[in-house]
Amino acid sequence: MTTEAAELETKLKTPREKPLLAVNNIEVIYDHVILVLKGVSLEVPKGGIVALLGANGAGKSTTLKAISNLLRAERGDVTKGTIEYKGSRIDGLTPNDLVKRGVIQVMEGRHCFGHLTVEENLMTGAYTRTEGRAAIQRDLELVYGYFPRLKERRRSQAGYTSGGEQQMTAIGRALMSKPDMILLDEPSMGLAPQLVEEIFEIVVKLNREQGVSFLLAEQNTSIALRHAHYGYILENGRVVLDGSAETLRGNEDVKEFYLGIAAGGRKSFRDIKHYKRRKRWLA
Amino acid sequence: MDAIFDFLFGPLKEIWAYPTFFVEVVVGGLLTGVMYSLVALGFVLIFKASGVFNFAQGAMVLSAALSFVGFTELGVPQWLAMLLTLAMMVALAFVIERVVLRPLVNQAPIILFMATIGVTFFIDGFFQMLWGEDVKRLDIGIPKDPIEIHGVLVNTFDIVAAVVAGSLVATLAFFFQSTRIGRALRAVADDHQAAQSVGIPLQTIWVIVWSVAGIVALVAGIMWGSKLGVQFSLALVALKALPVLILGGFTSIPGAIIGGLIIGVGEKVAEVFWAEKIGGGIEDWFAYILALFFLMFRPQGLFGERIIERV
Repeated sequence: MTTEAAELETKLKTPREKPLLAVNNIEVIYDHVILVLKGVSLEVPKGGIVALLGANGAGKSTTLKAISNLLRAERGDVTKGTIEYKGSRIDGLTPNDLVKRGVIQVMEGRHCFGHLTVEENLMTGAYTRTEGRAAIQRDLELVYGYFPRLKERRRSQAGYTSGGEQQMTAIGRALMSKPDMILLDEPSMGLAPQLVEEIFEIVVKLNREQGVSFLLAEQNTSIALRHAHYGYILENGRVVLDGSAETLRGNEDVKEFYLGIAAGGRKSFRDIKHYKRRKRWLA
Repeated sequence: MDAIFDFLFGPLKEIWAYPTFFVEVVVGGLLTGVMYSLVALGFVLIFKASGVFNFAQGAMVLSAALSFVGFTELGVPQWLAMLLTLAMMVALAFVIERVVLRPLVNQAPIILFMATIGVTFFIDGFFQMLWGEDVKRLDIGIPKDPIEIHGVLVNTFDIVAAVVAGSLVATLAFFFQSTRIGRALRAVADDHQAAQSVGIPLQTIWVIVWSVAGIVALVAGIMWGSKLGVQFSLALVALKALPVLILGGFTSIPGAIIGGLIIGVGEKVAEVFWAEKIGGGIEDWFAYILALFFLMFRPQGLFGERIIERV
């Protein structure tokens, strides 16, 4: 019996626990005409880290924005399907409501408030909270515990901090809302490999220690699959493949198309070019 | 050559000869400048938080003054008239957000600007229909007699206006820097999408900003109204705020203050000492020339937010 079959069997035998987040067959249309998602379904279990993988324009960000409902601001609309969180439907709720319920998105490209200091940025994350200053101050210290670098730079304007510090600020800001689930969009974007590694390690740590579930969209398949538990691969607005991170890492197609490792060893870019040039000569 | 020299430097001799008079002119200019700042402040608040250049600010000043006088003429005591007008300005903010801003969210700034022009004419017309079109006197009991401080004659009213404007600015600065809502307002001003993503509701923020701008308009309206009388031309005071904004920067509260002072002093000094050389009456357009000159060298204004850009 192959590992995949074994996995399927255990999946069928164990009674299904209700997932924290369930996206069922959603369709998203921008500007009333452009169909971006053509039926995406996915689940995030409580305490899980789920990766949403795929190339540019596959629909990863759109899926996250459909969940956090930031889509409306970009003239996008969920036209079909449902989104459930903790068993109740959340499609149509405002981002403000969602943050209050514990779902918060960290946007692609960080989006820090450039003219606010790092600490003020973090404090804006606590906007929706009502439990008083002491609790919020405690969480601020908690965030500084995870990101000691931010504490050093707490008084600098966020616009003048480095890309890595901005990504940390953005994640820290989301943490200040005391979320159960963070939708993390492209955390590796524009960062040095070492920093990307650092950020992913913090994500795993937050998941383990604070019990925050993550749904993260990522182009860097290899690092995402090393840290996530489960993955979905999107192509042209559809889920084409899903499985545990381990299975996906072993999958031949994923290896070839997303990890750059072909069955016959690494393919050199030069070979491909050569081949194309020749073809044109013959034609 | 001599003529130019005389035009530029002749008045300086006059200034040198009568320093007390010069100080009087400058102080007078500063105090008028504070009043300009008051109007410019309303523009800055809304522009900062929603990126909308609110053409209707002048109309809001007029409508606030009209309502205040209207209520007192009905026999309502002044403190109550103030509260009622305040409530009206907040209600106006709600209506504008619901009817104009919300449907136009995410449209280009020029479209929002055009919408505020529409709002301007509506407010002008509606409030004049409500309270009548004739010139009204507004008197809140501030004495207008000049007093002498160290040999310099100053108008009491202008001093009161400056104190009021100063405390209003201090309050606003505290509100913006140190409160949760103020922080959220600044966050929205920086990046409204990100603000939304952390759960800051844009609609609420807009209502708050327009209400605050309404309150500023009320203060400006009462001050200007008791100086000039309450009539349609009060709305045109807002046009004087434009050079102030260009000078100080559209996004800076201190800029609006300093810009107002510079314009106030500049136009008074120019009028008193230079006007007769070219046949008088430069007070009305001097501010705009000054602003144009500034545009060429500092397009973001003296205190305009530096655009932080990094890759």
